[in-house]
Amino acid sequence: MSEPIVLKDHHDESRVFIDRVVMAFACALLLTLLLAGRMLYLQVIQHDRYATISESNRIQVQSIPPVRGLIVDRHGELLADNAPSFSLNLVTEQISSLDETLDRVENRIGLTTEQRSRFERRLRRKQRPYESIPLLHRLSQEDIARISVDQYAMPGVHIEASLVRHYPLSDLVTHAVGSVRRINEDDARVLGKVAYSGTDHVGKTGIERYYESRLLGRVGYQRVETDARGRIMQVLSRTDPVPGENLELTLDAGLQRVASEALGEQRGAIVALDTRTGGILAMVSKPGYDPNPFVTGIDHASYALLRDSIDVPLFNRAIQGQYEPGSTLKPFIGLAGLMMGVTTAEHVIDDPGSFQLPDSERLYRDWNWTREGEGGHGKVDMNRAIYRSCNVYFYGLAVELGIDRIHTHLDLFGFGRNLAHDLPEAGSGLLPSREWKRSVRNLPWYPGDSVNIGIGQGDVLVTPLQLATAVAILANRGRMVTPHLLRDAELSLRPNVDIPDDAWRVISDAMQDVIHRGRRGLGENGTAWAYIGMDIPYRAAGKSGTAQVVGIAQGEEYDDAELDERLRKHAWFVAYAPAEEPQIAVAVLVENGGGGSEVAAPVARKVLDYQMIGNSAIAQRSEHQEPTFARAGAYLD
Amino acid sequence: MTDYVRQLPPHQFGQRKRVSEWVRVDLLSLFLISLIATYGLVILMSAVDQNMARVQAQVIRIVVAFSVMVVMAQIPPRLFLRLAPALYLLGLLLLFLVLLVGTESKGATRWLRIGPIGFQPSELMKLALPMVLAWYFHDRRLPPRPRHVGIATLIIAVPVLMIYPQPDLGTSILVAASGLLVLFLAGISWRYIFSLMGLLLVSAPGLWFVMTDYQRGRILTLIDPERDPLGSGWNIIQSMTAIGSGGLFGKGLFNGTQSQLDFLPESRTDFIIAVLAEELGLIGVLALLSLYICLIGRGVVIAVQAQDTFGRLLAASITFTFFVYVFVNIGMVSALLPVVGVPLPLVSYGGTSMLTLFAGFGILMSIHTHRRIAL
Repeated sequence: MSEPIVLKDHHDESRVFIDRVVMAFACALLLTLLLAGRMLYLQVIQHDRYATISESNRIQVQSIPPVRGLIVDRHGELLADNAPSFSLNLVTEQISSLDETLDRVENRIGLTTEQRSRFERRLRRKQRPYESIPLLHRLSQEDIARISVDQYAMPGVHIEASLVRHYPLSDLVTHAVGSVRRINEDDARVLGKVAYSGTDHVGKTGIERYYESRLLGRVGYQRVETDARGRIMQVLSRTDPVPGENLELTLDAGLQRVASEALGEQRGAIVALDTRTGGILAMVSKPGYDPNPFVTGIDHASYALLRDSIDVPLFNRAIQGQYEPGSTLKPFIGLAGLMMGVTTAEHVIDDPGSFQLPDSERLYRDWNWTREGEGGHGKVDMNRAIYRSCNVYFYGLAVELGIDRIHTHLDLFGFGRNLAHDLPEAGSGLLPSREWKRSVRNLPWYPGDSVNIGIGQGDVLVTPLQLATAVAILANRGRMVTPHLLRDAELSLRPNVDIPDDAWRVISDAMQDVIHRGRRGLGENGTAWAYIGMDIPYRAAGKSGTAQVVGIAQGEEYDDAELDERLRKHAWFVAYAPAEEPQIAVAVLVENGGGGSEVAAPVARKVLDYQMIGNSAIAQRSEHQEPTFARAGAYLD
Repeated sequence: MTDYVRQLPPHQFGQRKRVSEWVRVDLLSLFLISLIATYGLVILMSAVDQNMARVQAQVIRIVVAFSVMVVMAQIPPRLFLRLAPALYLLGLLLLFLVLLVGTESKGATRWLRIGPIGFQPSELMKLALPMVLAWYFHDRRLPPRPRHVGIATLIIAVPVLMIYPQPDLGTSILVAASGLLVLFLAGISWRYIFSLMGLLLVSAPGLWFVMTDYQRGRILTLIDPERDPLGSGWNIIQSMTAIGSGGLFGKGLFNGTQSQLDFLPESRTDFIIAVLAEELGLIGVLALLSLYICLIGRGVVIAVQAQDTFGRLLAASITFTFFVYVFVNIGMVSALLPVVGVPLPLVSYGGTSMLTLFAGFGILMSIHTHRRIAL
């Protein structure tokens, strides 16, 4: 033996081992007695109780779905409610041949293969015996009659009434409220099985999705005694479901209607904010779509039509559409110049119609530049630069500010961020910076980049919601707003922007001049005066803008007329009113609309009018006053 | 090892050659296993709605497992002793591979798949762990010294911690039990046993915070099944109803309403005892429990008669691990324990754990039939 001898006391060891084995065996016997005792308890002592439950009566636990909370606007108008709908359900335990039953249903009221396969997929998610699985939704009265007549021959086929989400305003508020959809396999994997037992729908977009847990409510259940065929004989106990919470939004359906009509058939978006609270008063994205068919399952063809439409109606332009802000950015750049001491209100430049960087050939033109060199605004100060929307002034100012200061300043107003409280789907736009350009393009920041930012072009992108928010903050003299849709939303506090009074006064006056400055045939007009300023009965402030088309899909085949139309610039107009005690801020975007003052400003005016003077006044004003000042030119910016 | 005993061909002692001398099996445990398996098949036939294809599949599994058991019984324990460390290390390697490239099924990653063959390394560990511990203590003085207890604990902890996150609570409990049983049987001092129990008691509230919501739900369900009657409470309500409504004599084979009307979930796998309890009543359950106890008793006799430390510890660990299966399964179905996925041994439908169980009995037989006779 090579190993060291281990002194093992074999006798002692086996004694210890036998002790332990006997102990373990004794334990096992005791535990077995415990099991036997438990069985004795269940099978003999509790036998009667369980026998009643099991033997003659089959007890079922059925879930009772809660009623989904309603969504109303700030005046209580219904935006989403629940309407009764009849569905055809199958209980497979009561059906001997599923295929035969499905064929019978097909013969009576028709059944597509799509509906069949959807049913089969749903069947796989079945959780409990005797669960009633929906086959067809939204039965017509005729369908119900046809099935009812033969129901005795089709055991296991039931017509059930349930409450289904309904959007009474159809496509008017779709993009603001969102909608629910039928729960599909992917949803079922992540949703709580119990919380959604008996519930077929889940909020898929917008408010319906964000506040899903509050709208859903809590599932109830009842124990029922059923006979052998699953028919309920008696309800033994019932825990009532807790209905979902009703939500009141900040939206004003009336304003939403006016805004939507003002935009008419044009593609575009409108966001109106209550500047005092940040509540969203109107959020329009056109074209919209009717969410109701989605609730019970839209058919493939209709869905494809919406999905593939070149107008992308499913896309929420108001919060997801990202556009160049164009000249609507100028007041913010001007304010930056004043606040950072780069320029003063009195500082005057000479605008020859174009701008050049030192050591550069490139000509940055003003919008009234002509080849003959007659253009230009001549002497321009901050006030005139804004109400005439002078590019050259802001080219120079932007270069002097430099991108770092521009970035710091615009960031305060929410550019490049999603400030919204309950709109996680909202885009954050793009606020370029040195670091951004370095990491994305791997290029240094050139002064020429700043030149373009000065007039809201180049890389900067905003959503209509962002622009409306920034305007609201400006209107508030720097008091922060957090845009939101739920009226009693708990908002997190964000720091205000510290705007000195005199700087604010300069910008505010200039923006009022955009609308109010002008007299028929005399003096110099603000850019929007001819279109909305001549008869406006209250003080408002605004700024127009045009954005170059950046989002056009390349390589798609449109006919020429269509292509031209879609290459036209987007029209912007932002405004707030009343000028001194602001209540409402609005941003209007008209896709491919052309000039901001000409196309977008009248839309913004209608939104402001509704808020300032009410609906009746608008009706009187419409039609008989077409703006006649053609002199203002097609390219007024 | 001191060769103070010599193995003699058994026929030198008897006049006639018996079957057990040609084929080394233990006839008594063979008989008990066959009885339980047959009883199990009858219950299964009811649980699968007399679907003969399913019954046939189970019969084939049992036949295969039986053959594995007989083959294992022919291998001399000496070989198991020599292979124990290698088997254990192989088991660890395979468990590690599962963590890397395991196949996912029903939300758990337990399988290694090579072409058409699937393999669950945790099953190998159920046997390799007690084997390596028995090997470890074989040459050491017992009761073990603190250092050896420490190393043995490490040997147990590594595979258990690898199986637990697969996730497979049931198997990790069984593997841990098989290892801890060896420690207990090796005679570790009561100090360790009581301090382990104390530690468990003290850390029980802490464990609550470590557990996943899912596991917490199962414990809350045990306390009050009515808490969540549609979700996790459903199984337990239905199985208690099945058991309780069976009464003393049951509703008769194939006549259980709970199981036949699909109220009872998992009725052919983990919850099959509820089918038995409903259809054959308390009498049927007690019959099965008695058969189990007889088989365990036979295992105890084999362990006591084993002639070296390795054989003793391994035989006893296999025997009592078998009991852990029985206790945990029946305990969870009758709502004494929270639901963990442990099948009813020799009865539940399914092949993986059955193969391990039969292989274990094969080792038990091998230990018994290869005894050396003292000169």
